[in-house]
Amino acid sequence: MAVLIFLAAFIAASIPLSWLFRAGLARALPRHMAVVARDMPLTAAFGLWVIALYILVAFFAPLLAPFPERAVVGTQFQPWDSAHWLGTDRLGRDMLSRLIYGARNTVGIAFATTALAFIVGSLLGIWAALRGGWLDQVLSRFVDALMAIPSLIFSLLLLTIFGTTVMTLIFVIAAVDATRVYRIARSVAQGVVVMDYIEAARLRGEGNWYLIRREILPNALAPLVAEFGLRFCFVFLTISSLSFLGLGIQPPTADWGSMVRDNATLITFGDVTPLLPAGAIALLTVAVNFVVDWQLYRASGLKEQG
Amino acid sequence: MHAVVVMILQRLALGVLTLFVVSLVIFGATELLPGDLASSLLGQSATPETVAALRRQMGLDLPAPVRYWDWLTGVLQGDFGVSLATRRPIADMLSARLGNTVFLALYAAAIAVPLSLILGVLAALWRNSIFDRVANAGALSAISFPEFFVAYILIFLLAQSGYFPSMTRLSPAMSLGDKLYVTFLPALTLTLVVTAHMMRMTRAAIINLMASPYIEMARLKGLSPLRIVLRHALPNALAPIINVIALNLAYLITGVVVVEVVFVYPGLGQLMVDSVSKRDIAVVQAIALIFASAYVLLNLTADVLSTLTNPRLMRRK
Repeated sequence: MAVLIFLAAFIAASIPLSWLFRAGLARALPRHMAVVARDMPLTAAFGLWVIALYILVAFFAPLLAPFPERAVVGTQFQPWDSAHWLGTDRLGRDMLSRLIYGARNTVGIAFATTALAFIVGSLLGIWAALRGGWLDQVLSRFVDALMAIPSLIFSLLLLTIFGTTVMTLIFVIAAVDATRVYRIARSVAQGVVVMDYIEAARLRGEGNWYLIRREILPNALAPLVAEFGLRFCFVFLTISSLSFLGLGIQPPTADWGSMVRDNATLITFGDVTPLLPAGAIALLTVAVNFVVDWQLYRASGLKEQG
Repeated sequence: MHAVVVMILQRLALGVLTLFVVSLVIFGATELLPGDLASSLLGQSATPETVAALRRQMGLDLPAPVRYWDWLTGVLQGDFGVSLATRRPIADMLSARLGNTVFLALYAAAIAVPLSLILGVLAALWRNSIFDRVANAGALSAISFPEFFVAYILIFLLAQSGYFPSMTRLSPAMSLGDKLYVTFLPALTLTLVVTAHMMRMTRAAIINLMASPYIEMARLKGLSPLRIVLRHALPNALAPIINVIALNLAYLITGVVVVEVVFVYPGLGQLMVDSVSKRDIAVVQAIALIFASAYVLLNLTADVLSTLTNPRLMRRK
């Protein structure tokens, strides 16, 4: 019951906070951006300030956390008190500190993975669209074959082969995700490469790299940015799930997925502490989804027929 | 009827081709292993002789195409080889678990599909009402939640107070009712995760159609909104809805992995996770092949069904 009350209080508090954040943004930004900020829906404002909060926590983790990330500072499974606000975990490490450091580790690794998947996937996709012919055929059929296998299953297969270290985790998830990015980037770029200005640039004698960098990317950016948000959510959830399964980020690194796994027994005793890291994952994903929803809505310029 | 048979045969052929490619990828992935399986199994301290002996025993000294052919013909006859960790035949380890996983997925689907169709139709019917908004925000949040979060919330709310067991113990002697009761929480978790998606897509598909002229005609004739949605919009929205259902059932396949681990459910997903941490590649390969085949077959079925509901798709070139 207390959880529901807390949840209701959180939602009630976030509405005025989002409203204030939006008003503050509209005031602080230069004029042409202020218009955008003023017209954004409250959900998007909520998403933006939550994302900003996570970034701040991730950057200033050592300053915010009351205890070091890996130090054992108490007995195991201590309840919430004034020294350990959220109690301690299975080994006696401070939960709050690990939660704060988790923002840095989990989100950082997910972000790095998404960025890698994006660089590889979108460059290959645009290149395939630009060159066409056999290169496009070979790459696309190869990606089709990889996409016929569900992504979590394929990641698990690859992790078995290469072992479960953070580096392989990043590369495996990025490789699996790059296939999805490739598909999007290729279809977006195919719409761009038939334009006259590409033809003109080719006639000027520009190389492929110049075409990708200066002509295609700027015109394909808007859908790719929205896609980045969506893919980040997928990657973030995948990495958290893998960590939860014990196959992702390995201890003693503080990570939200494995924190849930390690302390899950507490839940059956009616303690909500293990739900907090899971909630932290969910809150960030919801926030990113809200912002992406808004961006997609803005990019499409469509209004639902009522 | 002739065209229908040809279409189904074409799709089947394409499905078989896809399955073949999938098996190639799954087999080929092991070839990416730095060194090979024998040396990574034995570790760094192994002498070259023991590595060579194991290699011969596992048939690794044969060229890759020969090994692939042996593996594939074995799999087609239901022989997946032996587990590297336990030395037991993989087929024996899989048989009981496969049934359990299929049971759980079907259970979740049996709740989720009708529920999401009804919610989707209602949301489309009362769009922009408070019900629609709440359903939409709820769906968007549910999509964003990791499966284990949903699972633990349910455990916290329903198992902790003793209504349902938080761990699933299955025994062959159980009656169906007991089985349904014991697996209720895992099934409910999966339901919540997929319903959100299916509901949103159903709603979008119907709202898309509501703008077409024949719906306007029906409205001008004075039909009731419910009749318009059920008799005029829904049949034409079936193709996208079938696709979404298949996509989500396929999603259930990956979803079961996490959910099975949370509820200690004796299914394929749990075995797969155990095998990944033991690096038992033979078992992982077998389970990956089963999951991927189910995924391909579901998509194939959806493709055939949605073509059947829309005759125009039959004549596309």
